[in-house]
Amino acid sequence: MSLLLLAEQVLNGLQLGVMLFVMAAGLTLVFGVMGLINLAHGSLYMVGAFAAAAVAGLTGSFLLALVAALAAAAAAGALIEMLVIRRLYDRDHLDQVLATFALILIFSEGTRWIFGSFPLYLNIPDYLSGPVTLPGGIEYPLYRLTLIAIGLSIAVGLWLLISKTRLGIQIQAGENDREMIAALGVDISRLYTIVFALGAALAGLAGALVGAIQSVQVGMGEPVLILAFVVIVIGGIGSIKGALVGAILVGLTDTLGGVLLPQAFRLFMDASAASSAGSALASMLIYILMAFVLIWKPTGLFGARA
Amino acid sequence: MRREPLFNAAMLLALVAFPLWAWSADEPFLITLATKAAILALAGVGLNIALGLGGLVSLGHASFFGIGGYAMGILASHAQVYDPILTEPFVLNGTKSMPVIWLTAIVFSGLAALAIGALSLRTTGVYFIMITLAFGQMFYYFAISWPAYGGEDGLSIYVRNGFPGLNTLDPIQFYGICFGILAAVLLFNARLARAPFGLALNAARQSPLRVETVGMSPYRLRLVAFVISGMITGLAGALFADLNRFVSPTMFSWQLSGEIIVFIIIGGTARLFGPVVGAVIFVALEHILGGLSDYWHIYLGVLLLLIVLFARGGLIGAIAGRETAHE
Repeated sequence: MSLLLLAEQVLNGLQLGVMLFVMAAGLTLVFGVMGLINLAHGSLYMVGAFAAAAVAGLTGSFLLALVAALAAAAAAGALIEMLVIRRLYDRDHLDQVLATFALILIFSEGTRWIFGSFPLYLNIPDYLSGPVTLPGGIEYPLYRLTLIAIGLSIAVGLWLLISKTRLGIQIQAGENDREMIAALGVDISRLYTIVFALGAALAGLAGALVGAIQSVQVGMGEPVLILAFVVIVIGGIGSIKGALVGAILVGLTDTLGGVLLPQAFRLFMDASAASSAGSALASMLIYILMAFVLIWKPTGLFGARA
Repeated sequence: MRREPLFNAAMLLALVAFPLWAWSADEPFLITLATKAAILALAGVGLNIALGLGGLVSLGHASFFGIGGYAMGILASHAQVYDPILTEPFVLNGTKSMPVIWLTAIVFSGLAALAIGALSLRTTGVYFIMITLAFGQMFYYFAISWPAYGGEDGLSIYVRNGFPGLNTLDPIQFYGICFGILAAVLLFNARLARAPFGLALNAARQSPLRVETVGMSPYRLRLVAFVISGMITGLAGALFADLNRFVSPTMFSWQLSGEIIVFIIIGGTARLFGPVVGAVIFVALEHILGGLSDYWHIYLGVLLLLIVLFARGGLIGAIAGRETAHE
């Protein structure tokens, strides 16, 4: 296990982590402020990726594609917030899970109807492709490095939004006591729509960015959604800081586990048994991590005291 | 309230009449559809004990469905090639006898439910939903990467397992077995809901604090309910695998967990025949709409959305009116 390979895998884990953070931040905001579990978040991720792929196919510009992803996902988010989500705030979690599950079905089949079942192509732009040599002789793809940079700047941006702007203060207050800020004169419906659209835009951006290195296909949002839920549960629902810590933890665990576990098993098992046992355990690893975190801290690492 | 028992009786009658009609009209495919509905209904009835009666929203019940399925798959696959499962420290052969397979499925899903429940029931609300989902995913990924029993490709069992005295390959006879089990479990569920345990569980769902002050432990009540629920869903899994003669990791998928919850909601949460109605509607829609359009999931999604938003008691709630013991 060379140091170079390890460093690369750490960077891969970091990249997975920050993209998960971008996805999870929206999810945790929506839950923290509105108390709503949104299973359709994965579909918004998919909408962003499809919008980006469609626009990139039409115009050839990656930047326009990203803007389109943000806009399309935010619009879709605002639309479903006004039509469906608004009626779910007072309902219990089961109803929210089911209604948003229904939205997943509608979005997935609708996308399949419009775009067909074959994956779309979204290519990394030329100015972001190719490797970059990092100190230590590590060659790492420029695009993934860019993703890490974008993810971290979004984290900083969200922190600034939440702690320094008026909207951020309203969000914090809303997380604390929804009824109070409504009584104090803040337009709650507008706040909720904005928060939901913000979360949706972030998901769409993540979808577009990751869509360039994976494929853009129907159902691409589901695995990421599950991971995002694991992240916010580990980090603590409602906490952006928790989402960042949780996301990086999950990203590193998943990536490094997949690489290191088969190697570790090889110490006392033969090669083929080691790789199958190792990869089986690696795929279960983040769920085992989540189970342990929940048993130790039932509301997550930075979650509210139960 | 009087309408509900009438509706339930009508439903039961339909479940007997429809397959008999299909048998006389020589439509074995329809009998198989009815069997699928009955088995999925059984899975839903299992979950309903935890969800409807206990208020435990488990998004990981496919874990037990899959465990039941794989119990059947492992036992039958070893039996069909006459290869023992274990030779050390004692010989353990596979079997193709349904009662033995059912017992194994029930025991193992019960044990899994005990383990999962003991850990998950320490959490509440959305954390409980997530941790049950996580366990489902763990089983799913484990099944995918376990090459001995097919991995991602799944496991085929060529001949349906045997039940003493019946020809299980005959669709109507296999339906009779599944319907018999469903009816027995429904009876059990009805008695359970009115027994002291069921009443205490219902109380724990509504007000856990009060239940504690009376001296009972909500945790233990919920754990027992979760285990019973897991055992029933596991049995359904074994039957499902027998129906399809195929086991695959998708039996563990979270989408399946979601679908089981969907049956319950369509029919009516906590209603005795809720999952039955839901499963029948789901299978009927899949068959009818699936024939009309490739994108029938959209219609299912819209139906589900409408029910969640506007028809809170599900179909039975709309027909039979509000129940008094469950809001």
